[in-house]
Amino acid sequence: MVEEHMIKQLSIFINNEPGGLAKVAAALKDCNVNLKAFNIAESSGFGVFRAIVDDPDRACGELSKKGIVVKETDVIAIPMTNRPGGLLDVAKVIGDAHINVEYGYAYADNNKASFFFRVDDIAAAVGKLKEAGMKVLTEKDI
Amino acid sequence: MYWNQSMECMPEGELKKLQYKSLKELVNNLYSFNAFYSQKMKAEGVRPDDISSLNDITKLPFMNKSDLRDNYPNKMFTARKRDVVRYHVSSGTTGKPTLVGYTQNDIEFWTESLARALTSVGIGKDDVMQVSYGYGLFTGGLGLHYGAEKVGATVLPAGTGSTERQLELMVDLDVTAIACTPSYLVHMGDVAKKMGIDLRKDTKLRKAVLGAEPWSESMRRYIEDDMGIQAYDIYGTSEISGPMFTDCAEKKGVHIWGDMMIVEIIDPESGESLEPGQDGELVMTVLKKEAMPMIRYRIKDLTAIIEEECACGRTSPRIKRITGRSDDMLIIRGINVFPSQVEHTLVQMPEVDGKHYMIIVDRVGALDFMTVQVEMRPEAFSDKVDDMIRLKKHISSELKKYLNIAVEVELVAPEALPRFMGKAKRVTDRRKF
Ligand SMILES: [Zn+2]
Repeated sequence: MVEEHMIKQLSIFINNEPGGLAKVAAALKDCNVNLKAFNIAESSGFGVFRAIVDDPDRACGELSKKGIVVKETDVIAIPMTNRPGGLLDVAKVIGDAHINVEYGYAYADNNKASFFFRVDDIAAAVGKLKEAGMKVLTEKDI
Repeated sequence: MYWNQSMECMPEGELKKLQYKSLKELVNNLYSFNAFYSQKMKAEGVRPDDISSLNDITKLPFMNKSDLRDNYPNKMFTARKRDVVRYHVSSGTTGKPTLVGYTQNDIEFWTESLARALTSVGIGKDDVMQVSYGYGLFTGGLGLHYGAEKVGATVLPAGTGSTERQLELMVDLDVTAIACTPSYLVHMGDVAKKMGIDLRKDTKLRKAVLGAEPWSESMRRYIEDDMGIQAYDIYGTSEISGPMFTDCAEKKGVHIWGDMMIVEIIDPESGESLEPGQDGELVMTVLKKEAMPMIRYRIKDLTAIIEEECACGRTSPRIKRITGRSDDMLIIRGINVFPSQVEHTLVQMPEVDGKHYMIIVDRVGALDFMTVQVEMRPEAFSDKVDDMIRLKKHISSELKKYLNIAVEVELVAPEALPRFMGKAKRVTDRRKF
């Protein structure tokens, strides 16, 4: 059951212009999108905003209507302990399992932390993580 | 010093007679033997007999760059294929290039024109001339090469690029003169400084023949006063052969040899002829050209004719420094670029909406940089930065294939670029000439 471990991420294109991010942020607010975690990748001339949100399908549809370049991308998430060394535990499992991470980012509150990341072959990555004894989160866990 | 005194200093009346005779001959020939131009004349209701004075040239139809494009590759050629000895190719207004052909005589006329020009600025047997124009399909390199050899100079066919090596050779080989774009010369000066080469002390470079892009009197002053190099303007375009004419030592306008060329200035809107001294669009008729005659060719450069006799004694008319273009052609690092070419390339790419693009031209140091902004299609968006960079590179390599210059591509969201109600203004040229 790989599908249940696919977490939908919103990927949004940011124009290279003053206020490019603010424009995206305003659209998110207008569409009433609640961000759980996000990350921004910048390159020369453009940026990519990636976010885990409540009800991604609705958010994606409404943002598109506002002219925002957005798509849904499947990522996977694993729990992280919210203490020093938490990242090392996660990184070690991913490294030992030879999973090639395209990009990743974390979310933490007082109680729990999660690490979201993008891989090319989700099924293979989920299998390897489970083999390594790692819990792989589902949409409900987040 | 003259290369061909009888032609260069021919009294005005005699020169006009010669021009009329050549024009008459040219029109007769074309009307009989060139399907393209005779059709053009018939469409305008002009017959060779209607040309009974030099001023009657205004009765003849214009030729445009689009004629070359529409007749690509060689439907406008008047020479037999076996008599064509060279091709040059320049960029057209769309993806299609324009082809120019030369017979042996055409090459010799072109070379003669440059021999007169180089002599008029004092370049000759005692000079070592570095030709730092592009060699190849572009006319600049080979044109100047032949001209400089003709006057007996030693030619260093350096071409473009490898600036440090060019400067080393300039020092080692005692180069005295250079032909290149003015911005490249300034760039060379900057690189020389970084290399610890003082152009005044460490080189013998004292003369530069500069063109293929617009430049100004203030740039001339910079090159002369700050770099210590006498700077001469060279003019021409591939359709009339290539670079052909320069300032003389007086530096008061470019001499256009009257036995080779008739120059007119017209109002770019109405096409009406303008008087000497009035600013307008340059129109050239090449009197001696076998492979591909050009009659009343609208070059689209803006200038004016100077009729007064030059202090150098040459009687041929001069044109003022080019002040701009009457179309939207850009000249970037000496290469002609039309926005329509950019559009032509972009509309063929499914990843972008090629109807919506902008062109930004900057000058960093002495070099030109062109950026194309284009609206991406939402389907082409990827959450992976690498994919997006790959897409940018792909677009820029496609543009490079058509334009022959490096282009920086910027992807923007749909509807991020301005929409135009009237005439689109897609170019932002931030360069100061
Ligand atoms: Zn003169």
